[in-house]
Amino acid sequence: MSRTGRTASIATTAVRRTALLFASLAIAVALWESYKAVGPADGGDVFGWRIIPKTNDRVMPHTWTMAAEFGDDAIGSGDQKVWSVLLGYSWYTLRMALAGLALGMFVGVGLAVAMARLKIVERGLLPYLVISQTIPLIALAPQITVIRGSLDLPQWTSAAALAAFLSFFPVTVSTLRGLQSAPAASLELMDSYAAGWWTTLRKLRFPAAVPYMVPGMKLAATASVIGVIVTEITLGGLRGVGFATIDYSQKVTSQPASVYAAVFAAAALGLIMFGLVAAGESILMRRRPKESLG
Amino acid sequence: MSAATDQAKAVVVSDVSMVFNQGGPGAVAALDHVGLEVEPGDFVSLIGPSGCGKSTLLRVIANLLEPTAGSVLVNGKSAHQARIDQDYGMAFQQSGLFEWRTVTKNIELPLELKGWDKQRRRERVSEMLELVKLPDRGGHMPWELSGGQQQRIAIARALAAHPPLLLMDEPFGALDEMTREHMQSELLQICAATGTTVVFVTHSIPEAVYLSDRVVVMSAGPGRITDIVSVDLGRDRDEDTREDDTFYKKITEVREALRGGELTDSARGIEDR
Repeated sequence: MSRTGRTASIATTAVRRTALLFASLAIAVALWESYKAVGPADGGDVFGWRIIPKTNDRVMPHTWTMAAEFGDDAIGSGDQKVWSVLLGYSWYTLRMALAGLALGMFVGVGLAVAMARLKIVERGLLPYLVISQTIPLIALAPQITVIRGSLDLPQWTSAAALAAFLSFFPVTVSTLRGLQSAPAASLELMDSYAAGWWTTLRKLRFPAAVPYMVPGMKLAATASVIGVIVTEITLGGLRGVGFATIDYSQKVTSQPASVYAAVFAAAALGLIMFGLVAAGESILMRRRPKESLG
Repeated sequence: MSAATDQAKAVVVSDVSMVFNQGGPGAVAALDHVGLEVEPGDFVSLIGPSGCGKSTLLRVIANLLEPTAGSVLVNGKSAHQARIDQDYGMAFQQSGLFEWRTVTKNIELPLELKGWDKQRRRERVSEMLELVKLPDRGGHMPWELSGGQQQRIAIARALAAHPPLLLMDEPFGALDEMTREHMQSELLQICAATGTTVVFVTHSIPEAVYLSDRVVVMSAGPGRITDIVSVDLGRDRDEDTREDDTFYKKITEVREALRGGELTDSARGIEDR
């Protein structure tokens, strides 16, 4: 395919994807509104279980009320609108998530290289890494705060550390798998050049690992947002999207739709982080064969 | 045999044995007291059934495997030293081109590892692209090329550092018959132009006969050399050679040598693998 032909096909794909995005959004809105129209306002029981959601305006506000909420005055923020307050919170959370993701990638790739280098490290370390992911973040947050305090680091580093704690794991697992993916013939080839382990890592194992690393990085990107938001909810003092979710849910009586506005902001952050990794992917993979695209 | 004549040989394999999983329950004798000498400029093929150790022998010469017993000299040096000095190039059945590198960057790989500067690398690459008759493919990615073209690039990469010896493990095994015959003729021209010595592993009798000055026939269980067939078809071989009476005669000779090996095996009650 010619270069202009390829650019044209990328443009077509982008248009189609955007159309699909709006179509799925429209379907979600339609489902929400039609349930709200037919569902019982005070919920209902099935075999004695109260599982049919209420459709009153406090629990299920109209979608347009949610959208309009962004333009309302934010409670307790002077004459600022909700959207501008949330934008500030989002930027704050995004920076911590980015720092967490960067740290998580660094640690994750480092651990994977160590494990690929020495089988004994893999055997000894991998079980502990798996266990680390079963520890609830809420239990870990106070400990991290204590350690952070003793190191005299700013408060936001707690959130970044916990985001890194969540995001390193998928990076480690996918990178390790990728580093082990180099074909035997390519490894023999490097061997025939008497190339050492680090040279082989740089010229062969790392580039071969990229298609495997990308899905791990995507998981890590969204995990780092979750890590920061959970930290904000658990620890006080960090004014980001997580704080907004809690803050607005306490004001649910006066402005029920504002909680949803905060949730949308959190979702948007996850999408932005995912998008950043996807952009990195398309740069790194632009000259790879189609079938190896992650 | 004196040390002086060994110095002049391209490859000297003396009394090499290779046992995998030695001492273990699954011990396999892949090579059993194998000896082979290759003169500079010679084209030698290794042929035999699966499990006869032909690929193992190639890897022992390349120093990718350390033999259990015996010694290997390449270019008058130990195989280990020859590997460090990049005295040989290698090509495999899968072209093994790095999909993230352009054709040019693939051919450059061995030169990069030797620490050549960019200017010198680029000059050598265009020379190699001319040699394999793909002068305008340097900027392409490997996956944009056909299987035959990829294999040519792999040969260009193997020869980029101008090694005196080329080791090939069924390099045309994955190609269709027409491309394969074409590539065989190309390879002979490249070797004639560069004076490279070749040790070539193959499953195909016509391929071995068409390419080689000598066909080394091996048999399995344990792997060893049963016969060496000299092919005196001269150096100027072309498509007509494939219809030459001598060509057919030599094919028959190699085939009988291969069968002879199997007969001896069953006579001795040794299994084929």
